[in-house]
Amino acid sequence: MRPYQLTPLGDTAVVVRLGERIDPDTQRQVRLLAQVLDTNPFPGLVEYTPTFTTVTVYYDPLHVRQTQVSTPLREKERMPYERVCRWLQERLEASEEMSLPDPRTVEIPVCYGGDFGPDLAYVAEHNRLSPQEVIDIHASGSYLVYLIGFAPGFPYLGGMSDRIAAPRKDTPRLQIPVGSVGIAGQQTGVYPLETPGGWQLIGRTPLPLFRPHDEQPSLLAEGDTVRFYPITRAEYDAWRQKEGSTR
Amino acid sequence: MTLHVLKPGLLTTVQDLGRHGYQKDGVVVGGAMDAHALRLANLLVGNAEQAAGLEMTLVGATLRFDQAALIALGGGDLTPTVNGQPVPLWRPVYLPADSVLELKAARTGCRAYLAIAGGLDLPPVLGSRSTYLRGGFGGLEGRALQEGDTLQSSTPSPTAQEQMQRLQARLAKEDLPFATPAWSVSQDLLPAYSSHPIIRVMRGSEFDKFTSASHEHFFQTAFRVTPQSDRMGYRLDGGTKQPALQLREPLELISEAVTMGTIQVPAGGDPILLMADRQTTGGYPKIAQVARVDLPLLAQVMPGADVRFVEVSVAKAQELLLRREADVARFKQGLRLNSHADRSSSQRSEATCIA
Repeated sequence: MRPYQLTPLGDTAVVVRLGERIDPDTQRQVRLLAQVLDTNPFPGLVEYTPTFTTVTVYYDPLHVRQTQVSTPLREKERMPYERVCRWLQERLEASEEMSLPDPRTVEIPVCYGGDFGPDLAYVAEHNRLSPQEVIDIHASGSYLVYLIGFAPGFPYLGGMSDRIAAPRKDTPRLQIPVGSVGIAGQQTGVYPLETPGGWQLIGRTPLPLFRPHDEQPSLLAEGDTVRFYPITRAEYDAWRQKEGSTR
Repeated sequence: MTLHVLKPGLLTTVQDLGRHGYQKDGVVVGGAMDAHALRLANLLVGNAEQAAGLEMTLVGATLRFDQAALIALGGGDLTPTVNGQPVPLWRPVYLPADSVLELKAARTGCRAYLAIAGGLDLPPVLGSRSTYLRGGFGGLEGRALQEGDTLQSSTPSPTAQEQMQRLQARLAKEDLPFATPAWSVSQDLLPAYSSHPIIRVMRGSEFDKFTSASHEHFFQTAFRVTPQSDRMGYRLDGGTKQPALQLREPLELISEAVTMGTIQVPAGGDPILLMADRQTTGGYPKIAQVARVDLPLLAQVMPGADVRFVEVSVAKAQELLLRREADVARFKQGLRLNSHADRSSSQRSEATCIA
């Protein structure tokens, strides 16, 4: 069993720390624990947030306290936090036996450049490439979804080539249109909602990454593999029209 | 029953107890800033605790009820009146058809909650009717109420309907444009709302990474709630020119989960206290985490107020929370007894545990 650490996030959550660095192996541990919590939730579990190196587990202390157990509790274990830690330890041990399903691959169409990618030229210039080369490199990569966070459905993607890395904008834009594909440092991502942001924008996808009215609101999930492929402006418009008519 | 918005107030939104189970999709929990106040208001009108009501901020709304309604107000005192007569907080209030409820500027507190028997009838989004303003979904079209909006409420529960009948009978005998029972929520059940509250906190994950001078400063300074404060979080001002809270050495943190009541410290040194509409994850060092029982106190401070922090253990915070929940459970039991006593006697009944 890999070492892990349990610490409280206040009186209603426990942080399970499974590593210190962003790497695919730590991410596997994160997904394994998430899978165990899905299949074998403990009494009083509210929900959990998986991140790069941790899983934060939210619980209802009242529900935990009221749960009857067959074995008598030691004084210390009467405290909901201690009981939750014990339940988590049991589940961490169980997760060792488990395997993960093969990762899904999600293909995301992107209309690069033009009005949709106002910073494509900057990213190209910054890396002494042509805009077409930036597109080719971006669209040939395979990306791992490390985390959905920051905004609903927003994926943190790992695995971008450092040949197209570019610093954030000095002054963030006040409104970034939905679907914008951007680069910030070594990361690439897609904006699921209209928000302010400092990423360099290179294109836009017609695919909605966040659908609040669906039971599974985020298109992507932690652990997915993402690939981008270029589409034309006409294809983008046709896609939008199709999406619009199904709403 | 239809509710007509005559004036929307400064920021009035539909809220319930939040959207749970979707943080892994990056969806913020949201919900009422003062969840305790909304819970109590809902219970007073015979609703489930998580029914949707209105949250009004600093300056309240003016609303017309086209039919008779049973309502309860809780949280901050935004000087509520019906046809000019002051309406008490923390008790069920019967309003005859065509009543106009008017809330104005906050006298104490910051956020008032209005529960209506039956709850507001809106389609839930991801299991909740909370308005998430930044995401533009939930509540009424994902936005704050505007003049001319109308909202529907669902059918009141049988308990609420009985209460309405009793109060309707009383209305005729009273010289007021509304009717209330003789009892209200016990003071013991209300948080110690204050314009300069002392907030109990536990140590945050990175507490030990801050200098000892920062620790001292954190627990000895009154932090001002700045005007850059909203449902997402409060920016606090420690009143020093130098960065007030500093790390022992630079720290490159990997984003991880944050929650309501997380106090994080960006490089500038002035802390940010995360509230209901916080993001699911954050990358700043976390110096402390507010005890859940004290979140209502923070929901009710206005910009300009001073807050102080005092340390408690996780064990102590959980004990306080369990005690609060036991009080709420007794209150629910009291409401049932009360309704029974009202039914079996035509006299005014005083409920022992909630009088």
